Amino acid sequence: MSIQGSVARAQTTFKDQPWRLYASQIAVLVRTEVRRNLFTRRRLWVYLLALAPALLLGAHSIFSRYHVDPGSIEDETEVLAGIVQLYYFRLGIFFACMGIFTWLFRGEMVAKTLHYQFLVPVRKEVLVVGKFLAGSVISIALFEAAVLACFYFTYARFGAAGTSYMFGGPGLAQLGAYLLTTALACLGYGAVFLALSLLFKNPIIPGAMLLGWETVAPIFPSWAQHLSVTFYLKHLCPVKVPVEGPMAIFTVVTEPVAPFIAVFGLLCLTVAILAASCFLIHRLEVTYTAE
Amino acid sequence: MTPDNRQIVFDNVSKFYGEVLGVNKVNFSLEPGITSLVGPNGSGKTTLMNLLTGLIKPSHGAIYVLGLTAQQPIEFFRQVGYCTQFDSFPPGTNGYDFIYWPLRLHGFGDDQATKLTNEALERAGMAQVARRKVAGYSKGMRQRIRLAQAIAHHPSVLVLDEPLNGLDPMARAESIALFQAIAKQGMHVIISSHILEEVDRISDRVVLMSSGYVVAEGQIKDVRREVRDHPMQILVRCSNAAKLASAAFELDHVVEAKILTDGQSVLIRTRDAEQFSLLLNKIVSAGLVEVDAVAPADDDVNSIYQYLIGSDGGPV
Repeated sequence: MSIQGSVARAQTTFKDQPWRLYASQIAVLVRTEVRRNLFTRRRLWVYLLALAPALLLGAHSIFSRYHVDPGSIEDETEVLAGIVQLYYFRLGIFFACMGIFTWLFRGEMVAKTLHYQFLVPVRKEVLVVGKFLAGSVISIALFEAAVLACFYFTYARFGAAGTSYMFGGPGLAQLGAYLLTTALACLGYGAVFLALSLLFKNPIIPGAMLLGWETVAPIFPSWAQHLSVTFYLKHLCPVKVPVEGPMAIFTVVTEPVAPFIAVFGLLCLTVAILAASCFLIHRLEVTYTAE
Repeated sequence: MTPDNRQIVFDNVSKFYGEVLGVNKVNFSLEPGITSLVGPNGSGKTTLMNLLTGLIKPSHGAIYVLGLTAQQPIEFFRQVGYCTQFDSFPPGTNGYDFIYWPLRLHGFGDDQATKLTNEALERAGMAQVARRKVAGYSKGMRQRIRLAQAIAHHPSVLVLDEPLNGLDPMARAESIALFQAIAKQGMHVIISSHILEEVDRISDRVVLMSSGYVVAEGQIKDVRREVRDHPMQILVRCSNAAKLASAAFELDHVVEAKILTDGQSVLIRTRDAEQFSLLLNKIVSAGLVEVDAVAPADDDVNSIYQYLIGSDGGPV
């Protein structure tokens, strides 16, 4: 078939099947964005952010390999819960998602390359979804790998006791819960930062405000806490980390939320923010001089 | 103004960046062929191109490209290719991928996208270096790879912002030949360029811009005719320059008749070129003077630019 024929055929093929076109465009977007954003030196700090606890736990397991007390496995489980809930959910995933998801649009604006994606026959909504999925793939892959590594370094040094805890005890269920929660955290924060990058030229200040909100949300009434990502995450975590210090006085204890409700609530929050991003992108103009 | 499926229509379009004027009250429609946007830096050429391709939205008015607007991206961007002057590329990309992946976003399968990528690379003379990283390209190569991307999907409307910048004379000639070939296929080619001689040579019509306004628009000859403040210059090479000059001086509309140093040419400046042609016919018929050649001396983009925008417009 001639080139002109190919062009004409492609132009008519998807006319009646737009969803097929959208799906293929999203697949291409995810592939190109992941390639551009995952394997790059620019993301080195994100790798460090994700892997720092795993590296520390790895070092700890090497240096204390001759002083393993099988009775301390419960203590180590609490330490791991603290790492995941206090470090990953509140800081690691938060800042990594800020870096990854704000770069998807605002970073391209700074690099003066966004116009390439605005000059192709792709609906802006498809562009938002494609980029969001790409960011999600990157952040989820990175942080799930980090959580897995943390689990390995925490329990591997216990030998048979660790294996028994993982495969004969609550370990595997805890791992599953943390992996699910990590993925949800990436989706939730990712959607928030994508929307912020479309709303503000410099998303760092609203990002800092969001971090403040996520930190103080527990002292607000129950209904307000529903607007916080960590609210849903903490109800999905298998091991509770006690709140200590001055914050403990003000913390409002909410009714436990069923895991199904927490997952559904966070996904709804993500979809709602993503829908807002689809609306916001229509206001975005490619004016590099204004950046 | 109603959109026509063959035309590009700017319907009372204005664009303001806050309080800064981009373009104001732009009204024109373009037929297929090569149209050049000419004007000094900051006159609004790039703004007009960005508006045309939907990268920015008009503050007022509407733009139709072959009856479509940028709010219908799937249909619109299958018809439009835009080679911007932003000299930036996705990090780490090579020439081939730079063309191939956008084609995949068009919905082309791997085979078709490969075929179209190779064809575009050939047309832009970039096939040999396609697998090299764009970051290692020279300025001219980066210009050509952007051009290759803009033409790869066979658009009906090709918008080129300063496409000849950074090209060596050979590449420039090849690019111009390519634009002309595309225009001959009945497509729109819209070029902004500051190389007025080349614009003059290839354009079917010009849009002259200054300070965000369209100063003149249309075929070069028509635009020149409209510039009444500046008498038209006609160069006549004949057997008796003195006789022709004295006959011309008897006409009210002739403001100057200058015999050139070769003694056989007269440069006439007239406010009515048609009346002067009639005089010339009479003189020739009467056998008073033998005319070898008659040619307009300022019927080009450069002269029109100088007359309408002048040195006040700043560097072109």
